[in-house]
Amino acid sequence: MTTEALLRLAGVHTHIGAYHILHGVDFDVPAGQVTMLLGRNGAGKTTTLRTIMGLWAASQGSIMFDGRQIGGPGAGTGDAARGQRGTPEIAQLGIAYVPENMGIFSDLSVSENMLLAARGARTVDGLDAKRLEWLFGLFPALKRFWLYPAGKLSGGQKQMLAIARAMVEPRRLLLIDEPSKGLAPAIVQNLIAALRELKRTETTILLVEQNFAMAKALGDKVAVMDDGLVVHRGPMAEMAEDEGLQHRLLGLSLAAHQ
Amino acid sequence: MSSVATPVPAAAPEAIPKTRFDVRPLALMAVLALAAWPLIGSSSTWLTLTIAGLAMGMIIFITASGLTLVFGLMDVLNFGHSLFIALGAFIATSIFGWMTGWVSAPSLAQNLAIVFLALLAAMLLAGVMGLGFERVIVRPVYGQHLKQILVTIGGAIVGEELIKVVWGPAQIPLPPPEALRGSILLGNASVEKLRLVAVVIGVVVLLALLYTLNRTKIGLLIRAGVQDREMVESLGYKIRRLFVGVFAAGSALAGLGGCLWGMNQQIVTPQIGGQVNVLLFIVIIIGGLGSTLGCLVGALLVGLMTNYVGFLAPKVTMFSSIGLMVAVLLWRPQGLYPVTNR
Repeated sequence: MTTEALLRLAGVHTHIGAYHILHGVDFDVPAGQVTMLLGRNGAGKTTTLRTIMGLWAASQGSIMFDGRQIGGPGAGTGDAARGQRGTPEIAQLGIAYVPENMGIFSDLSVSENMLLAARGARTVDGLDAKRLEWLFGLFPALKRFWLYPAGKLSGGQKQMLAIARAMVEPRRLLLIDEPSKGLAPAIVQNLIAALRELKRTETTILLVEQNFAMAKALGDKVAVMDDGLVVHRGPMAEMAEDEGLQHRLLGLSLAAHQ
Repeated sequence: MSSVATPVPAAAPEAIPKTRFDVRPLALMAVLALAAWPLIGSSSTWLTLTIAGLAMGMIIFITASGLTLVFGLMDVLNFGHSLFIALGAFIATSIFGWMTGWVSAPSLAQNLAIVFLALLAAMLLAGVMGLGFERVIVRPVYGQHLKQILVTIGGAIVGEELIKVVWGPAQIPLPPPEALRGSILLGNASVEKLRLVAVVIGVVVLLALLYTLNRTKIGLLIRAGVQDREMVESLGYKIRRLFVGVFAAGSALAGLGGCLWGMNQQIVTPQIGGQVNVLLFIVIIIGGLGSTLGCLVGALLVGLMTNYVGFLAPKVTMFSSIGLMVAVLLWRPQGLYPVTNR
């Protein structure tokens, strides 16, 4: 299956203050597929997502999205060229980001959280009703708690909201950072079911995970990071078969790696 | 709650507790007012002082609301805010000066018109000056707290001197228009007419502000930005633009507040901003930095406290606000209505 890369990172370096975190990250995210980004704690997975989003600046290398450079030296127009963060412009290209802390606005209601993510809508009534019904089908809790303050949701519900929020309008690429973190196994199963449904719509997803079961259930491709570099790239199915590879790359057996 | 993704009929929303509005800060206000009653003794004096306190609180709120939002959105502590207060007050003296005919005319319509004209001019000019102040003074030191404090204080000093250049160093009287002088009797309590005007304007501004913050998308973005500005950017909004807008609006409100403050004091000095500035910081700290509702409750508390203590023990008036702040912070170290996610 050769699909064109929607997102391509080539030799990306990122410094945060005095620390050199990414040391030349290379990998592709093919269109219409789910790419898993795995690796131990501190390998640089979150930094990679934040660098793609423009929240950290790539000091070397390039990040190409759909043939257009969005990160690295020489990238950026408008605000980014004036030394301001290019994040809003990157988001406007159709990249949605679900950060590790979910980024829920806890003082706002569920509906207001959704409205903010819909750049085309001015009021809650202006949200695309058909799309909303589809999202409610994936995440029924959101419909039930539509008018509740988002801060009152449970951890799993917040994660559902964070993902639904990223999808409230059609997006070309979804970056999701460890959605299973801190969730009970039963809820992780629900999350996997919802993400599978998303996958059926051929949404391109780059998913950071520590939960190998989730990676196995969802991933088409995999990239494994260690110490600021991508050390393995390949089909997810291949890695799922090869326990030796898992052990070598992730340093833990499957059973222990929850 | 493991039934998250299973289809559940629309029942049982009790899984999540309804947010209870936190009324205790409001109760504190009532307690303060009721505690002052027996101390003051006379009901009519108490009513007069209470209305004066609420009017003063409204003016402080209008002035401080921009300050708290600017801090909440971009972590900018703007010590130059006082400049726009002084500016608003001085613009009022000019407008009143140019149109003395309308000020001294015994016609309520003309008097109110001149007041609104002065408020409008104060808002417009302070807003425009706010844009310039943000561009020249605040933007270069964005993200650097110490420099921000120093340079905004410096900006305020320069601005104050510029005001002296334009309007002169002496104090300028700002007598209220003819029909707004004196008091009316509410029962047996006398209430200054001007204070009533201040309360009405304060309520209008408050409603407009609440509507904007709660019912418009811009307002939602501001509230979201105060909680998590990085996420607002990740959703594709340019928070810098939002911030510049809020800064200008906050400056305009400071101008409006300064105009009201000047009319309330009936005299305007170039130091007016500095005097109010201390109160503003007390108010936004009491309320919880970044919180609009907290700012309102804090302002009303300080307004009431100042008026009661000013009557009972004038010498400790200034101390009373600071004492109030200390007491509130001992009770709630983050302020009355802390902003979450900060």
